[in-house]
Amino acid sequence: MNVEELQQIAAAVEGERAQYEYEVNVCMGTSCLAQHSDRIREAIEKEAAGCGKKCRARRTGCMGPCAAGPMVLVEPAGIRYGHVLETDAKEIAESLGRKPVARLDPQLGSYFEGQHFRVLENVGHIDPENVEEYIARGGYEALVKALTEMTPAQVIEQIAKSGLRGRGGGGYPTGLKWDTVAKVKGAQKYVICNGDEGDPGAFMDRSVLESDPQRVIEGMAIAAYAIGATKGYIYVRAEYPLAVQRLTVAIQQARRRGFLGNGICETTFSFDVDIRLGAGAFVCGEETALIASIEGKRGTPRPRPPYPAVSGLWGAPTLINNVETFANVAPVIRKGGEWFASMGTARSKGTKVFALTGKIERTGLVEVPMGMTLRQIIFGIGGGVPDGHKFKAVQTGGPSGGCLPEEHLDLSISYDALITAGSMMGSGGMIVMDDTSCMVSVARFFMEFCMTESCGKCVPCRAGTVQMYELLTKICQGEATRRDLEKLEELCEVVGATSLCGLGQTAPNPVLSTLRYFRHEYLAHIDEKRCPAGVCEIGDARRLAHDAARTEVHA
Amino acid sequence: MSAEANIRTLTIDEVDISARADETILEAAREHNIDIPTLCHLEGLSEVGACRLCLVEVKGARRLLPACVTRVEEGMEVTTHSAKIDRYRQMVLELFFAERNHVCSVCVANGHCELQSLALRLGMTHVELPYQYPQLPVDASHPRFTVDHNRCVLCTRCVRVCGEVEGANTWGVMGRGAQSLVITDLKEPWGESETCTSCGKCVQVCPTGALFEKNRAGTKTAKHPEFLPYLRIMREGEQR
Amino acid sequence: MPLTTERPPLPSEDRRWRIVNGTMRKHGYSRNALIETLHTVQSSFGYLDEPSIRFVARSLRVPLSQAYGVATFYHFFSLKPPGKHTCTVCLGTACYIRGSDKLVVEAEKRLHIHPGETTPDGEVSLATVRCVGDCGRAPVVLFDGELSAQMEPARLTARLDAWRKP
Repeated sequence: MNVEELQQIAAAVEGERAQYEYEVNVCMGTSCLAQHSDRIREAIEKEAAGCGKKCRARRTGCMGPCAAGPMVLVEPAGIRYGHVLETDAKEIAESLGRKPVARLDPQLGSYFEGQHFRVLENVGHIDPENVEEYIARGGYEALVKALTEMTPAQVIEQIAKSGLRGRGGGGYPTGLKWDTVAKVKGAQKYVICNGDEGDPGAFMDRSVLESDPQRVIEGMAIAAYAIGATKGYIYVRAEYPLAVQRLTVAIQQARRRGFLGNGICETTFSFDVDIRLGAGAFVCGEETALIASIEGKRGTPRPRPPYPAVSGLWGAPTLINNVETFANVAPVIRKGGEWFASMGTARSKGTKVFALTGKIERTGLVEVPMGMTLRQIIFGIGGGVPDGHKFKAVQTGGPSGGCLPEEHLDLSISYDALITAGSMMGSGGMIVMDDTSCMVSVARFFMEFCMTESCGKCVPCRAGTVQMYELLTKICQGEATRRDLEKLEELCEVVGATSLCGLGQTAPNPVLSTLRYFRHEYLAHIDEKRCPAGVCEIGDARRLAHDAARTEVHA
Repeated sequence: MSAEANIRTLTIDEVDISARADETILEAAREHNIDIPTLCHLEGLSEVGACRLCLVEVKGARRLLPACVTRVEEGMEVTTHSAKIDRYRQMVLELFFAERNHVCSVCVANGHCELQSLALRLGMTHVELPYQYPQLPVDASHPRFTVDHNRCVLCTRCVRVCGEVEGANTWGVMGRGAQSLVITDLKEPWGESETCTSCGKCVQVCPTGALFEKNRAGTKTAKHPEFLPYLRIMREGEQR
Repeated sequence: MPLTTERPPLPSEDRRWRIVNGTMRKHGYSRNALIETLHTVQSSFGYLDEPSIRFVARSLRVPLSQAYGVATFYHFFSLKPPGKHTCTVCLGTACYIRGSDKLVVEAEKRLHIHPGETTPDGEVSLATVRCVGDCGRAPVVLFDGELSAQMEPARLTARLDAWRKP
């Protein structure tokens, strides 16, 4: 494969497209597919043919605003339809070239204002199971360029220049990570793509893998060339069957087109990728646990150093990056590190994809430049809190992150600003809470998560999360004392400082951040035996509810 | 490489010491009679860094580091005891005690228990955290040995000695988090295990009263894990 | 099954064992294929039981204790046979904020079982999952693996009742 061949493929795709006057793109992401968007697509194609329109109805990836799904995008007019049913097909087909169907307007308001698509640039525009369409939008240009025009050191230099940092949560500089693995000597090296999106309430990686899988494969191949690896693994959650299926197809197509395998792009570079399924363990997002899992073992982390860069999969030097990180690689190589660094803040470059969910008007997947404020995302793109309720907090960083209150809404999104405020970037979950959420209960929810997801290897995490969970339960039930709160804070400090891996070290974060901003809610539960949000059942109310539930379960 | 190139000089608790480059902070400290508490560590077995009692402060490091797996480095400044570290260790111990059923007065290992002596050494006088008492089973199906999960601290010494030294791999860990349990084979009764050689190494290395020999009480329940370094040296000798 | 170094024969004539064996063969009966093989067993048989774990462990020469350790570490694997139908409530953060805890309580009341259990008649299993990634339309419930979003207690009970009608 060379540049000319890529151009030929792109031309063929365009030629095919030119035969049609209209293109109706139907979302085939998990969310829309669950509402039978596949049948909607077939129906639209049939109806369009029936009324003599030169139209093709295509399968595309997730378009973002999942709550308005099933989503349809009509080109070239750029009209979006939401909540589409199979029975709407006829009307959509007939409206092609005429006035849009007003009642199917998804009411997205300012959803796309301020969004900037880099990682998601192809999403909604290409068929994820068609490598040629990826190529037609510039896909694999970067790989060909890297292999034929650049040395591995030059590739790393561009990545370093871009300022790209790990999108899995930690924010480690990607260029530095690649450079470290490249410099370690080893006959066999590995590239691993971490797609174990364990953060509950986040679906960025699922969406990218389902909508634009070739992009991730291309990023991995470029990384492999840069560090000298010949073998890669994509570790995906088994809970994401559609992503696994799309990746399987994508790998086969990439092999067929010669982007994977021996002698890629007429060079001596060889690289291939396999999928490994996760099996329901959040801790496997931690890189040493993920490696153990790929090796077929229990996913327990081990102390670092040695880091995977030196001793990773089967003891070989290993590069691990997250899905979104790899998805950012191809454009950096195509357009240069400086282009990438031209967007963002001083120390956080480019864009970030967030899964905007919770108590918010417009939920979905958004991609925004680093440096945008939380207020712009939540109230601009997301449309604010619905049903007349009041914004209370936004949670980022999942079980390792924290809850930020209203006073931080004007915070500009960057790795460092979020940490200073007591939360973290995390992989991109952004969950909005309104005045009906009790912050102690939210902290307890996350502690329950960490407790059940703890691998059990080290005692602070294994036993400490249990003790903290019980203390939080006691507070929620209005049975705690001030001494219990002291003990909770003490445990937070010790578990955070002494746990073996990131899971335990960050498990206290949701408690610490809610204590920092919503201490009054804790005190209301303890001193006044009262839940300000009216969520927790305390005293008589609790006893009554408990008795009622008992009668019912055993009735 | 010359012998000198393999030597590192560092300070532990402000004492200047030198150590081989491949030594851990723990090994270097113990050679100089500097006390660092450990529980999962046992000479002769691989390190897992799980009990977190050997955490020490290393100047310039962002976090506390486990002495058992951290290699010495030139110019390292290590602190093994401070008010903060001692407080952390006490609380970690407290978590061990409260996790299951560690009531010394009614335990077979009373007087010969590493957890108990650690509590004495580190001045952990009482357990404020509520005991979990998970009501775990006691398996006495083996003709010579008994396992009482209520006393287990999940240090995995039994798992490691069985796999790394005896080579039987009878012991393993099942479940996760607080539900973790050491098991024999497919969680079958120990006495029915197809793989157990009844060598008893697991019993000797167990730091508490979780694994013990039947029909023994009082002073006879003392454990003797000294055979391990000996076995290792003998095996290394064979390979040379 | 006696202690032997030879690869064990397939446990029965059941064709599904050949699929399981196929996964192991694809990976050259390598030890690191343990999780992949257990995935195949679970997708073929619906769950992992002792004989199947034993067979896989022996075939891949993984110690029994390690195979059992892996099978019980990962919550995606189930050691109990599932009911005819399975109702899985998502407990991700977005679903929790939108009331999935109340859905679990509703299902418990309706089925008289807790998550992880199956009704005594073997009809319905109740399960929870950490996140299925459809957070934009929370709360989400899977009925026999099919996603149903923006779930309400009344609709949940209606679906459960429909399963339990003869």
